[in-house]
Amino acid sequence: MKLESKTPDAPLDEMWSTHREHLRLVGPRNRSRYRVIVVGTGLAGASAASSMAAMGYKVDSFCFQDSPRRAHSIAAQGGINGAKNYRNDGDSVYRLFYDTQKGGDFRAREGNVWRLAEVSTNIIDQAVAQGVPFAREYGGMLANRSFGGVLVERTFYCRGETGQQLLLGACSALAQQTRAGNVKMHTRCELLDIIVIDGRARGIITRDLVTGEIKSHSAHAVVLASGGYSNVYYLSTNAKGCNVTATWRAYKKGAGFANPCFNQIHPTAIPASGEYQSKLTLMSESLRNDGRIWVPRHEGETRDPNSIPEDDRLYYLEERYPRFGNLVPRDVASRNAKDVCDQGLGVGPNGRGVFLDFRDAIKEHGHDTIAARYENLFEMYSRITGESPWDRPMRIFPAPHYTMGGLWVDYNLMTTVPGLFAIGESNFSDHGANRLGASAMMQCLADGYFIIPVTIGDYLSRHETDDVSGHPALQDGVLKAQQKVDQLLAINGTKAVEDIHRRLGKLMWDECGIIRSKTGLDHALEELPKLRDEFWNDVRVAGTGKQLNQSLEHAGRLADFLEFSEVMCRDALARDESCGCHLREEHQTPEGEALRDDESCANVSVWEYQGENNTPALHHEALHYNELQPTQRNYKT
Amino acid sequence: MKFNIKVWRQANSKDSGKFESYTVDNISGDTSFLEMLDALNIQLTKNGGDPVAFDSDCREGVCGMCSMVIDGQAHGPKPATTTCQLYMRHFQDGAEITVEPWRATAFPVVRDLVVDRSAFDRIMQAGGYVTVHSGPKPEPNSIPIEPEVAEEALDAASCIGCGACVAACPNASAMLYTSAKVSHLGLLPQGDPERKHRVLSMVEQMEGEGFGSCRNYGECEAQCPKEISIKFIGMLNREYLQANLLDQANPRGKMSPQ
Ligand SMILES: Cc1cc2nc3c(=O)[nH]c(=O)nc-3n(C[C@H](O)[C@H](O)[C@H](O)COP(=O)(O)OP(=O)(O)OC[C@H]3O[C@@H](n4cnc5c(N)ncnc54)[C@H](O)[C@@H]3O)c2cc1C
Ligand code: SF4
Ligand code: FES
Repeated sequence: MKLESKTPDAPLDEMWSTHREHLRLVGPRNRSRYRVIVVGTGLAGASAASSMAAMGYKVDSFCFQDSPRRAHSIAAQGGINGAKNYRNDGDSVYRLFYDTQKGGDFRAREGNVWRLAEVSTNIIDQAVAQGVPFAREYGGMLANRSFGGVLVERTFYCRGETGQQLLLGACSALAQQTRAGNVKMHTRCELLDIIVIDGRARGIITRDLVTGEIKSHSAHAVVLASGGYSNVYYLSTNAKGCNVTATWRAYKKGAGFANPCFNQIHPTAIPASGEYQSKLTLMSESLRNDGRIWVPRHEGETRDPNSIPEDDRLYYLEERYPRFGNLVPRDVASRNAKDVCDQGLGVGPNGRGVFLDFRDAIKEHGHDTIAARYENLFEMYSRITGESPWDRPMRIFPAPHYTMGGLWVDYNLMTTVPGLFAIGESNFSDHGANRLGASAMMQCLADGYFIIPVTIGDYLSRHETDDVSGHPALQDGVLKAQQKVDQLLAINGTKAVEDIHRRLGKLMWDECGIIRSKTGLDHALEELPKLRDEFWNDVRVAGTGKQLNQSLEHAGRLADFLEFSEVMCRDALARDESCGCHLREEHQTPEGEALRDDESCANVSVWEYQGENNTPALHHEALHYNELQPTQRNYKT
Repeated sequence: MKFNIKVWRQANSKDSGKFESYTVDNISGDTSFLEMLDALNIQLTKNGGDPVAFDSDCREGVCGMCSMVIDGQAHGPKPATTTCQLYMRHFQDGAEITVEPWRATAFPVVRDLVVDRSAFDRIMQAGGYVTVHSGPKPEPNSIPIEPEVAEEALDAASCIGCGACVAACPNASAMLYTSAKVSHLGLLPQGDPERKHRVLSMVEQMEGEGFGSCRNYGECEAQCPKEISIKFIGMLNREYLQANLLDQANPRGKMSPQ
C-alpha cells in the first residue's frame, strides 16, 4: 500500500493556495457529464453534494434516514470554531493551527491542519450567507464563546443547536440542488458495498430500506461522508444509526484505515441509568465554562451534595490543572473523571459520575445570565434525569463521542483507492489523536464546501466520462450483498441483535476505552472472535428482506462492527505509546499524563485488508514537523 | 413498572392494519419511551414474533425522526417533548398506552409506526433556501443583525421537521412547518431577495402534497415538541398576501437561478 500524502511542497501558509492554483480543472460545460456519488448528508456530505451540484456535476446523494436533514450532525450542540479574531484576543490562523496540533498531540499532518485553520473563516461567512442565525451581540455583530482546551474565544454558536442550524443551512443548499435536478436524493437507502473496477471506485451497492431492493449505482467518483464509528461501544453520544459499514466496506475494498484506535471520550455526558439505556446524551462542554467539576473528597460521603462544605469537596481539575482548570482538553477531563471514580469518589448509580456544579456561577453572574447561556441544556438534563441543575449539581460521566480515526486520505481527501474520497468524520485527516471542541463541524464543512469541490475536479479531469452501468462487477456486487442479507435472515437463532451489540460495547469500553493495556487488549482480541461466532450462529433477525426491517439493518451494521473492533484493538496494541485520547497504561508520566514516544511513534498507522481471516497489514505514514516541534502537552502550568 | 401497550401494526402501505396488545414488565421510570419499545422488541424477537417498526435516530429530541401518537397526542402527553425524550416516569404503573403512527393523507404509513414524510422535504425544496454558491462571501459583520431578530429567526429555525403539527391538526395542515421556514428566512436580511418566490412556491407545493388548509385550531402549536409559535403562520400569511398582491409576475419564470 502506497501512502503518498501529496502534501504540496510550499511554505505552510501558501500550501493550499499554491496547490489550488496547480490543480487540474473540469470546465463548466463538461461537469454535467461526470456523475459523483456522495454517501451521507451530514455536514460533510450535504455541503459537498450541494457544492459540487451547484458547480454542475451530477450528484447522487444517499442517507439511511428518511430525510437528509436528520443526519447525526443535527445533534451537535456547542458551536463551530473560526479564526476570525473578532474578540481581538490574539487569535489567528496560526493559533488555531497551533491549538489543533497541540490538542491532537502532534499526530496529524501539519499541512492539513493549517489548511483547516485557514479555511475556517470562510465557513462562518458561508453559513451566515445561507441564513444560519448565529448568536449576535447587542450591536448586531456575531457573538463568540470559548470552548474546551483553548485560551481564545473563537467559537460561533446558535444557542445549544449549532449543528442543527449549520446542517439545515447545508441541507437547504442540497434541497435547492435537488429541485434543480442536479442532485438525485436517495433517502432510506443504505450503502452495503463499494464497487471497484480497474482499480478505481466506480459505484456502490445499496439496499432500499423500504422495499428491500438491492441495487447498484455507477459513477465516476465516490465520496464517503458517512460519519464516525463511536457506536462500536454500543452506548455513545452518537445517534442510534451511526455505523462503520461504509468505511469498513471501503477498507475491505482496499482503502487503508488510519488510526482506528483514536476515539474521543467526551467528559460531559449524562451517566447511564439502567439496563435498557440505548444511548448517552451529551451535555455540551460549553457547560464547563461556568460549571465547576468536583467529587466528595472522602470515600463513602452520604450527605446531600449541597450540604457538603467547601473543604470536603475535591475540585480535582482546578487543583491538578490550575491554569486551565475545568477547561482542560476532553481526554484529560475524561481520564481524571475515571480516575476519581476508580478511587471510589464517584457519585450517583454505581459511583460512575462526578458533579458539575453551577452554584457559584449562579451566585456570581445571576440566574438570568446563566439561563441565557444554558437554559435549554438545563432543561434537557432535568428531562432525562428528573433532577434540576438549578437546585442540585448535575451528574456527568465520560462517554464515547467522536472518532478521530477513519479512512486514510491524502491532501486531496482521496483514500488509497483511486476515485474513492472520504470527508468529515469518516476520514482521519485533521485531528490527530484528539479533537478540540467545536472543530469537527469546522472540518466537515471545510472538506465539503471548500476542499472536495476543487480536488475532485483534479481527479475527474484525468478520467473519461465513460458509463460502466452495465459492468458485471455491479451485478456481482448486488448478488453478494443479497447473499449476505439472506445469510443474516437464515441464522434464526435465539439472541436479539441488541443484546450482542451491548456485549460488544461493554468489552470495547472495558478493554479499549479510556485506558488501554496490553493485557486488556489481548483479552479483547481473544473474546471478539467468540462474540462474532455467537452472532453468526445464534442471532435472530425477524421478518424478511423484502420489507422495512430494522432488525436486519441493525444486524448488518453490527456484523461490520464485530469485524472492525478487532482492527481497533490491534491498532491500540500496536501503538506502543500514549498520545491524545489513547492512553496506554504502560506509558504514563508519574502524574498519570500521557507519555508520547516521538522517536518511534510519530506516525499515522494505516491498516490494509489482507482477506477474510488473515491478519491485516500495518503501514505507517511518517509525520514531519516543520513549523511546530512536538512538545509534551502540559495543561498544568 | 408494568405497561400494557396497544400498538398499531401494519405490514406495509397497502395493508389495512390493526391494533395489537402486548405487556412489558420490569421497566424502570428512568427508561425512555423508545427504550421501553426496544425492550418490547427484544421480547418479541426472543419469543419468535416480529418487532414493531418505529423511527428514531438521535434520541435526544433534535433529529425529528421519532414520530408516534401516544394516547391520542403527537409525541405523547408531555408538552414540548419529543417521543424520544419522554420517560416512563411520566406514566402510571400498570397503564394501558395506545401507540399509533402519524395519521395524514400526505404521510402514508410505511410500516407499523413508520410513515413517509418526504412531502416535507419537497416543500423545503420548493423554496426553503437562500441561493448561494460555495465560495468567498461578504464579511458577516458588514451586515449587522439585531440580536432580537436573530433570536426570533432561530426560534423559527428550531423546527425539527418531525411532522407532529400535521398529525395533531384535525385538518392535517402543514402550515406551522412551512411557516417556520418562511419566517426564519424572511426575518433575516439574507433571505430578503427571494422572499416572494419562496412563500409562493412553498405554499403551492404544500397544497399540492395534499395537506389540509389551516383553520386556526391551534393544535399544531400545542403539540409541537419545539414550541414553534403559531405567530409564524401569521407571518406566512402576510408574506403570502404581499407576494400575491404586489407582484403577480413570477420572476423565476423568466430567469434561471443559475
Ligand atoms: C451529541 C454531539 C454533539 C456534538 N457537538 C459538536 C460541537 O459542538 N461542535 C463540533 O464541531 N462538533 C460536534 N460534534 C461532532 C460533529 O457533530 C460530528 O463529528 C459531525 O457532525 C459529523 O458529520 P459528518 O457529516 O461527518 O457525518 P454525520 O453527520 O454522522 O452523517 C453521516 C451521514 O452518512 C449517512 N450514512 C452513514 N452510513 C451510511 C450507510 N451505510 N449508507 C448510507 N448512508 C449512510 C447517514 O445517513 C448520514 O447522512 C458533536 C457530536 C455529537 C454526537
Ligand atoms: S413545527 Fe413543530 S411539530 Fe411541526 S414539524 Fe416543526 S417541530 Fe415538528
Ligand atoms: S429520535 Fe431524534 S428527535 Fe426523537
